[in-house]
Amino acid sequence: MTEEKKEKKEKKEKVNKAKKLPRHPMPEQEAKVRAHNFDEVPLGYSNETAMLEASRCLRCKKPKCVEGCPVNVKIPEFIGLIADGDFLKAAHKLKETNALPAICGRVCPQESQCEIKCVLNKKGDPVAIGRLERFAADYERAQGKIELPEIKPATGKKVAVIGGGPAGLTAAGDLIKLGHQVTIFEALHKTGGVLVYGIPEFRLPKAIVQAEVDYLKALGVEVVESYVVGRIETVDELLERFDACFIGTGAGLPVFMKIEGENLNGVYSANEYLTRSNLMKAYLFPEYDTPIVVGKRVATFGGGNVAMDSSRTALRLGAEKSYIIYRRSMDEMPARDEEIHHAGEEGVEFLLLANPERLIGDEKGWLTGVECIKMELGEPDESGRRRPVPIEGSEFVVDVDTVVVAIGNGPNPLVPSTTPDLKTNRWGNIDADPETGATNMPGVYAGGDIVTGAATVIQAMGAGKIAAAAIHEYLNGE
Amino acid sequence: MNRIVAKEEFSQNPSVKMMQIEAPRIARKAKGGQFVVFRLDETGERVPLTVADTDPEKGLVTIIFQEVGKSTMKLGKFEVGDCLADFIGPLGQPTHMGDFGTVLCVAGGIGIAPTHNIVKALKAHGNKIITIIGARTKDLIFWEDKMRDLSDELYVCTDDGSYGTHGLVTKVEQELLEKNRESGEIGLVIGIGPPIMMKFVCKTSEPFGIKTLVSLPTIMVDATGMCGACRITVGGETKFVCVDGPEFDGHKVDFDELLKRQSIYLKQEKVAVERYQRGDDCGCCSECGGDE
Repeated sequence: MTEEKKEKKEKKEKVNKAKKLPRHPMPEQEAKVRAHNFDEVPLGYSNETAMLEASRCLRCKKPKCVEGCPVNVKIPEFIGLIADGDFLKAAHKLKETNALPAICGRVCPQESQCEIKCVLNKKGDPVAIGRLERFAADYERAQGKIELPEIKPATGKKVAVIGGGPAGLTAAGDLIKLGHQVTIFEALHKTGGVLVYGIPEFRLPKAIVQAEVDYLKALGVEVVESYVVGRIETVDELLERFDACFIGTGAGLPVFMKIEGENLNGVYSANEYLTRSNLMKAYLFPEYDTPIVVGKRVATFGGGNVAMDSSRTALRLGAEKSYIIYRRSMDEMPARDEEIHHAGEEGVEFLLLANPERLIGDEKGWLTGVECIKMELGEPDESGRRRPVPIEGSEFVVDVDTVVVAIGNGPNPLVPSTTPDLKTNRWGNIDADPETGATNMPGVYAGGDIVTGAATVIQAMGAGKIAAAAIHEYLNGE
Repeated sequence: MNRIVAKEEFSQNPSVKMMQIEAPRIARKAKGGQFVVFRLDETGERVPLTVADTDPEKGLVTIIFQEVGKSTMKLGKFEVGDCLADFIGPLGQPTHMGDFGTVLCVAGGIGIAPTHNIVKALKAHGNKIITIIGARTKDLIFWEDKMRDLSDELYVCTDDGSYGTHGLVTKVEQELLEKNRESGEIGLVIGIGPPIMMKFVCKTSEPFGIKTLVSLPTIMVDATGMCGACRITVGGETKFVCVDGPEFDGHKVDFDELLKRQSIYLKQEKVAVERYQRGDDCGCCSECGGDE
């Protein structure tokens, strides 16, 4: 038998073995219980399960999974270390390319990034890369043995990172390791951006975000909170005391439906609903001072992850009914399958192929219902999804006292509008080179949702990474 | 940071207090019409408050507040030397500066505070200032001297007649605008105070066709344009007060909607205040649920 044939045979055996070993499910809080608390839903792998799951990885020589990852995590290598029981080393391996593994292990859409590319996917279930990533990062944190990476000698260059979300945190982490002095300016009183104001505790515990921010601080990153760049100091002013700027201010401008009754009491943007609950901890009112309208019957408009987060938050706040109203069908829903599945399990009801047309209120200005029209799917539109078309005369009213509008966000205009030289596109997103994050202003880079429009945490991190490398090059050439 | 360096009680019932906060960057940057957001402690809410005055050299920002809810009551208990967890600003658009000729400023109650900072800027810009300050009763009038110094003419009135002209600010406003018919020198009216008062300041000025600005005290959370809690209809369009405002053309503001939206959390506010006044809220860990 030739070498090549031998190798092929070995691989086949490995695949067969992996196929026999099923993908290990993640233990979860029971749906009925968790629908009434804010504790995290998935409970994480045990050491034994993690090792078994890791043993399913074929350690491909040319791993496709790595190509699928926006920050090119060394997937087979860290999974190999888990299989060997060397969990700490696995975490360190992760951190070589990904500053926030505990977060990515929880909120990345692995099924459309790394896991979809897994070779096993063709013949069965892919390796649970996300769950293993989470496992290794959690293990390291629980051990309290956070290893600080090597920091290059100080360059004397200073970089301002505007916005402490996923893009900014990643850029800051990479730049500090390269020896630059880094300051993050965060507008809110807590750093983390969407990770603290948007994603609920039951999906991403805030203590994990805090640990990641503390890690960056331990590396030497200075974090200035409650500092609204654009108002207290403009980008042009920052450039007088910093050598370069990275703008990662996110997609913080809620889009409303522009239908009648949208300013009625009881109507929230998802940003407001989630910010009140997550950042301000309104679910703990009155121990925490920020109130929230606890509706009995809540409808969330939209079919993305933010809509799932909102409808599931409503249940936990005490809603008896929590509806998702979405104008297309389940197949077109942009939310992750896992989120849709979790929401359904917990009791969220889906009113599909229905579009809100008008919000109805009482004389005191409080919402009492939403009039919807039934839709049917027509020809595919530019997004490739079948376009929903209203069915004439099919209007119906759903009685609700709270509505959460979760149909998307525009770019936050605060920084672009106060930086006159900065080029933006017609939607208000900053024009930045996708290869480098460079804007039209020398020394000013941008990335994340402020450039691309609403996307995922890991895509924003990828943009932060690219920009950090480009900023490093720019500072070296200066 | 955010240390209170001066505190004064202007009136007791309702309690109106003045504080000077050490916030050098904000003091240097804040312009007339802009606001700040404060958060008292870890469990606190984010509360917007229009800047009453600044001292850029000493690095001080003056705020004036009426104790209406739990957060303002609690802030009232803070003493000189205490620090606020967060003091964020300056936020919102500054008052648009220009040569308006004469500006008629109508300030009601707590609205005297933001009006002061706006008048200061308009005066420095070379405008002639006529100011009307009014309140329910004499005790609630404050900063009369400061306003007199900045204004070319100052009128004081009280609803109960205990001081100055007996009657509402709009009565004096009406008289002054009537008088102005011939000279036509008033190019701008600014009305700041409780929403209902602003509504009537606008109603009074509307027939005279003089542009009238109001500063809207809406509910906010992040105050950077992210949540939309502060949205309000102006001229048929939804605007975010925190980034588009806080000042708007008062003749276009839907005040009835504003008044309704102001009432969203009245129930919760009552719960919070009762709990605070019972002493359940010791400001500690809240582990005991107020039992100890």
